[in-house]
Amino acid sequence: MMHFRFTQTAIDTAQARRELLDPGAGGYVSFEGWVRDHNEGQEVTRLEYEAFQELAVKEGERIVAEALRRFPVKHALCIHRVGSLDLTDMAVWVGVSSVHRGEAFDACRFIIDEVKHRVPIWKKEHYRSGDSGWVNCERCAAAPRHAHEHDQEHHHHDEPAASHT
Amino acid sequence: MQLKIQYYALMREQAGRSEETLETASVTPADLYGELSTRYGFTLAREQLKVAVNSEFSDWSRRLAAGDAVVFIPPVAGG
Repeated sequence: MMHFRFTQTAIDTAQARRELLDPGAGGYVSFEGWVRDHNEGQEVTRLEYEAFQELAVKEGERIVAEALRRFPVKHALCIHRVGSLDLTDMAVWVGVSSVHRGEAFDACRFIIDEVKHRVPIWKKEHYRSGDSGWVNCERCAAAPRHAHEHDQEHHHHDEPAASHT
Repeated sequence: MQLKIQYYALMREQAGRSEETLETASVTPADLYGELSTRYGFTLAREQLKVAVNSEFSDWSRRLAAGDAVVFIPPVAGG
């Protein structure tokens, strides 16, 4: 295990890459996720990342273990940073070494995609306007109030407390 | 029954705390979310969340036990 971890400080990619070295590997692929200056029409000035680390590490380990089962690669590792990050800072790093390059690209893509969808990590964007917002939370939080048809459907489903039986 | 609740991200801000120990009559995470939504005015609908009990993903209809640690998980945004 130990294929997924968090850091409060800058990700040490040289060290991370060394952990993937293998005499049987013909190459390695890495992905770096960076803090960029815009998102959905807003000018972003910095980001704050926060994680439910106990569960996030478990889920991250499961994702990398899945990648190692699905793709014939040698080693894989993902490191995610938490805390306050500035523009151009690296938020996440994924690295995969393998005999041939094809599966290394595939496994790297799989890991970053799954991490973004499944691992309990949140980011708050701070905007030039002075506003801020939790990505994927503020907009969807507002949605049920405006989308009345959907709102109704959900609430009807929700009301019978089936869990009591 | 006493439960330990931890809050993250938007829900931490809306609850105004990162954790609390709570005496509750709620039987399931679904009940508990209803109770806490009333108290804190959470803007996220339950359908948008996942829930974890004792640091593992859980069903909303699981029967909670005294001492369980519950975390509601708003939509994630890693990477």
